[in-house]
Amino acid sequence: MSDFHYQKEADGIAVISWDVAGARINTMTRESLRELASHFDSAFSDGKVRGVVLTSAKKDFSGGMALDTFHQIRGQEPTEEADALFAHIMEFHQIIRRIEWAGRELKSGRSGKPVIAALPGTAVGIGYEIPLACHRIIAAKNPKARIGLPEIKVGLFPAAGGTARLIRRLGIEGAAPLMLKGTLLSPEKALAANLIDAVAEPDELIEKAKEWALGAEPEDIVKPWDRKGYRMPGGTPYSSKGYLSFMGACAMVSGNTSGVYPAVNAMMSAIYEGAQVPFDTALKVEARWFSKLLMEASSLNMLQTLFLDTKALEKGARRPATIKKSELKKIGVVGAGMMGSGIALVSAQAGLEVVLIDQDLNAASRGKGKIEKLLAAQVKRRRVAESETRHILERIKPSQEYETLSGADFVIEAVYENPALKGEVLARIDRSVDCMIASNTSTLPISDLAKSCQTPSTFLGVHFFSPVDRMRLVEIIRGKETDDAAVALAIDFVSRIRKTPIVVNDARFFYANRCVIPYLNEGIRMVGEGVRPPLIENVARQCGMPVGPLQLVDETSIELAVSIAKATKSALGADYGHNDADEVIFKLASLGRLGRKSKAGFFEYSETGHRLRLWHGLGVYFPEATPQPNAEKVRNRLLMIQALEAVRALEEGVLTDVREGNVGAILGWGFAPWSGGPFGWLDGLIANQSVLSLCDDLSRQFGERFVAPKLLVDKATRREKFSVH
Amino acid sequence: MSDALIFDAVRTPRGRGSQKGSLASLTSVDISAQMINALIHRNHLPGHDIEDVIWGNATQIGEQGGCLARAVVLMSELDDAVPGLTINRFCASGLEAVNLAAGQIHAGEKTGYIAGGVEMMSRVTMGSDGAAMAVDPRIAMKMAFVPQGISADLIATEYGFSREDCDRYACQSQQRAARAWTEDRFKHSIVAVHDINHREVLAQDEHLRPETDMAVLAELKPSFADMGEGMPGFDKVALLKYPHLEAIEHVHHPGNSSGIVDGAAAILIGNEEFGAPLELRPKARVLSMAKVGSEPTIMLTGPIAATRLALKRANLEISDIDLFEVNEAFAAIPLLFMHEFGVDDEKVNVNGGAISLGHPLGATGVILLSSAVEELERADLSTALVTLCVGGGMGVATVIERV
Repeated sequence: MSDFHYQKEADGIAVISWDVAGARINTMTRESLRELASHFDSAFSDGKVRGVVLTSAKKDFSGGMALDTFHQIRGQEPTEEADALFAHIMEFHQIIRRIEWAGRELKSGRSGKPVIAALPGTAVGIGYEIPLACHRIIAAKNPKARIGLPEIKVGLFPAAGGTARLIRRLGIEGAAPLMLKGTLLSPEKALAANLIDAVAEPDELIEKAKEWALGAEPEDIVKPWDRKGYRMPGGTPYSSKGYLSFMGACAMVSGNTSGVYPAVNAMMSAIYEGAQVPFDTALKVEARWFSKLLMEASSLNMLQTLFLDTKALEKGARRPATIKKSELKKIGVVGAGMMGSGIALVSAQAGLEVVLIDQDLNAASRGKGKIEKLLAAQVKRRRVAESETRHILERIKPSQEYETLSGADFVIEAVYENPALKGEVLARIDRSVDCMIASNTSTLPISDLAKSCQTPSTFLGVHFFSPVDRMRLVEIIRGKETDDAAVALAIDFVSRIRKTPIVVNDARFFYANRCVIPYLNEGIRMVGEGVRPPLIENVARQCGMPVGPLQLVDETSIELAVSIAKATKSALGADYGHNDADEVIFKLASLGRLGRKSKAGFFEYSETGHRLRLWHGLGVYFPEATPQPNAEKVRNRLLMIQALEAVRALEEGVLTDVREGNVGAILGWGFAPWSGGPFGWLDGLIANQSVLSLCDDLSRQFGERFVAPKLLVDKATRREKFSVH
Repeated sequence: MSDALIFDAVRTPRGRGSQKGSLASLTSVDISAQMINALIHRNHLPGHDIEDVIWGNATQIGEQGGCLARAVVLMSELDDAVPGLTINRFCASGLEAVNLAAGQIHAGEKTGYIAGGVEMMSRVTMGSDGAAMAVDPRIAMKMAFVPQGISADLIATEYGFSREDCDRYACQSQQRAARAWTEDRFKHSIVAVHDINHREVLAQDEHLRPETDMAVLAELKPSFADMGEGMPGFDKVALLKYPHLEAIEHVHHPGNSSGIVDGAAAILIGNEEFGAPLELRPKARVLSMAKVGSEPTIMLTGPIAATRLALKRANLEISDIDLFEVNEAFAAIPLLFMHEFGVDDEKVNVNGGAISLGHPLGATGVILLSSAVEELERADLSTALVTLCVGGGMGVATVIERV
């Protein structure tokens, strides 16, 4: 099967067009690359070919590597694995290097042939690394196109010559931030940043590319790093300028990642070591570090969760298969507060007609005002083109009349978290429409709310995270009586608004909040025990949590923590037991320290609400204990308390799929992404046989909440992973 | 084991480490050779009778590169038959050169060494020789590398030394250095530096500012706040190792940190069989030596463990020591030393130190030793301990006894 078209045209230009059959976007495999090499070899050896244009027959150039292939090249005997991986990556290097040399020979003095990459649209990962090896890159002025090296986001780094070429093209200061953040740029910005050499109108792309190839001079066909006297822009690690850049880069990366991401560390080393040696040696260094990375369990967990599993869930892996896919056109959102407006916005951005209802037209219009502000912020961050905002806003119709919901394919109730109010609104919606209905809630049992609807089977819960336009995860909550059709529709809706769905069963706090609350409580308990508060917050962030527990409590409000504690206590009655965390939050609440909104909580705040520092009074009410625990103990407590709750959610059937447990944890509350999620983290501990002793130690010292659930004991005893890959 | 005896110790005055400094027009090799020649002349040494010249230097590149010690020997009046060894233990290079010589003397037969060090900071920029530990991610990211100033501020934060504490210490260093010069307390060790035409270039330390007071120091901006809190953010790196701290207090500035200066120093050390035929009178003997590695992020706490080990080896208690030279790399270092050992301030750095007089990295260890030797004699004391903190997390200490 052929992934490329090869066309020798009358003007002497060979056009190689990437066009993977049946695929929406071109992705690269070893076989594809070999095929590409054969086309280039034909062009280079054909005396009539004067130059080569590499392009795509699809609207985009390439989405990068087919990432599922990495698993295929692994799984051999460990001793052979390093050899196999290294050989595999070196083959990539050799092929791409052959394109770069383009038939040029030093001995005979034969000149190469000009090779130009003509990118009609998006070109990322190896889809940009191959163009980087061409002699020139021209991209169509396609505002939807994205160009760059995003590998780091899925726990990898650009290893098809990406680090070696980009640092030589841009210098460390230009290249490293792009690769460390996985930044993608539009063609115009890519041109400004010197990622590409030229842009062209889409319909002139090939013509301009050919023009260059036909007019290229011999020196245009030799890459800078293959010329005599080449010097890396900004200097190598031991030049006077480069030294400071590399020192700063190590510090910034350490500070930002705490060293927990193997891909980041491996890339930094590939860059540092690669910058000091000639280009071909740098490729070898890059291949070596990439092989090492692929053999690390944590990088594969990250790839699995953040790429493969997330994509699978987005494509409807958990969608009841027998239900026909629904084409949504119109939705209703009732409740124009922060969550309702956010949901309306993301829906309208996905092209849906949205009716936004509140108790009166004023309230609904205020909701639309919030949406305008959110959009303006997105325009400012250049996530949305200003020209699009009018169309987006036109699709949102504020109203107070429930009749305007008529014809909606899906209605989401998003009023305040008050069961009586929600019940009343749901009943009104139920009377007005004949479609599936959802309640957006983070705390209220869905099966109770279902009682307000005449047909509970068409009702379910959705849990959007705040801020809605930024957070990718949506929890879909299946009530006791919710049917498959409702779940399928909700998944279709979530996919349509380009978010990631997980489907969970109805239980207190569903999945995400169920796991976050113990994390907060564990942090608060430590305050009560006299652990130095900075130790709690720093260790939390250093082990990969986006926000420390005390800061998070302040953000969500201590008042809320108090009311959740009281509500939980009354719901559980005698089962609630003593909770050391309560004493701390009750004390803070009694002092009027209610969190950020009261400008006083675990932290001190400025008049304008800017967080200043941890409140010194904590040490007065909760005196420092001696000795202090070490960082590792704090880390284990903070991660384990979340992971055990995730296991319980799985054990109780709230979660029914480990992939959802991992993806939901990372996208929902930022659980240490390097781990691949709580189950990925536990799998690592199961593999090195430490999980049960760790639970034993923690439960002995800190209480029964750390006792390993039966499911975990069984898995650990059988040394069986949670994840199925 | 034969005693390692210190027969003589000399040092250059310290010149300001910039192009305006008085020594900046002379080469590192030149001022080093002048110190060796001074030892030869003062002690009537035959040019061939030295086992080795061990030279400490912290920035071995350019004129300080390529086995500097051999270059120094070749420029000096020593015979070509004397070899030369250059060593680098950063700020303790000079003291380590002495310790290496002492160790070989302890083991050897009739033998004498010249051990010394030099740093021309005006000519060879600090750090310009590169360092893998700062830029190789496999080390820098693993050990949480931060520059020394951040480490010094980290020590101050961890042990609660305030900006005022550090400034007060710095004022005292200036006053003590000024008193030492007024009372001519360096008269035996100071050797004026001359140019090739025998014109005197520098005869006095030129870094000190006796007029320094708390108000003057209060004006100075912390040196390491920007790189710590801003770009590239070294504070966050340090907190990876010290997560119990909420933030680092940036208390050090040019007025309470060691001065960047030019200088060289050398000692003549050997056993009795070496000294007797030359009719050399020993001034002190080396009782014990120690070098340690310590936690590299906080980096500068090495003197604590090195001191403990050196005392143990000398079979002494801290209270047995009459005089301490604790390198004033930053004010927090002697403050930490006194805090840890409960040593009386009146015994520590009594004639000032690197804050007031400057810190020519590779030479400082020898300078501190020469000051200690001279002060033991002047004040009629018996034992002294010299110790320096070292980049990368190390410490070196030497205990001597007046003979």
